[in-house]
Amino acid sequence: MKAISVTEPVVETRSVTGSIICRTSASIMVPFILLWGLYVLIHGALGPGGGFQAGVILAAGFILHTAAFGLKETKKILPVKLVMVMASTGPLIYVGMGILAIIFGGNFLEYGALPLGHSPAEASKYGIEIVEVGIGLTVMAIMVSIFYDIALRKKVE
Amino acid sequence: MRRYLAILSCALFFAILAYGVPDLPDLGDPDAPANKHVAQRYIEGSYTESGVPNIVTAVLANYRGYDTLGETAVIFTAGITVMLLIRRKWN
Repeated sequence: MKAISVTEPVVETRSVTGSIICRTSASIMVPFILLWGLYVLIHGALGPGGGFQAGVILAAGFILHTAAFGLKETKKILPVKLVMVMASTGPLIYVGMGILAIIFGGNFLEYGALPLGHSPAEASKYGIEIVEVGIGLTVMAIMVSIFYDIALRKKVE
Repeated sequence: MRRYLAILSCALFFAILAYGVPDLPDLGDPDAPANKHVAQRYIEGSYTESGVPNIVTAVLANYRGYDTLGETAVIFTAGITVMLLIRRKWN
């Protein structure tokens, strides 16, 4: 029995892609899953939805892409560095909206003070939407990042 | 012996919780304490104050914006921690 070292990564190079059925159905489904994720993100103010749910749906689309086409192909569309930038952009957008509200004379995160739209209510609607986009970006990037981290433990090319 | 103690303590806590259930207010009771404090303000004022028809989103992102900011920070921190602990390759 071979002991597996904790510090040394298991170096094993093999091609991991799904079957032709998996790849064909994934190539049809992935765009619709991503579109559905964007719909949930934008629709959050009107009905069920919002940043957290949309982020998870978008991440699920990319994880399905990995399951079908392999990690190498997914990392061409969504490089690890881009994922890390996206993950930190979300809180930046959120805190930025809060600071922007202070600059325009309100309290922290008081979207009604922002000069958007015609009334404070409309300004706060746009503020909520922008903040939801930030949340969705962070959740999506973190889900994909955790998935990459677990998938990269074994060297799969 | 320890297993029986665990089963006994679980049964005891279940009995305590079950004893408290009849005293809970009915679901959707307008006179329940949870519905008398801020819920009325949310239902009446969330559209004119936040501009979004979805009360849940108005509460989540506007009235409790600090809380949601904290949640986002928690998710971000969790992801960074996983990165630091188990990431092998940084490219």
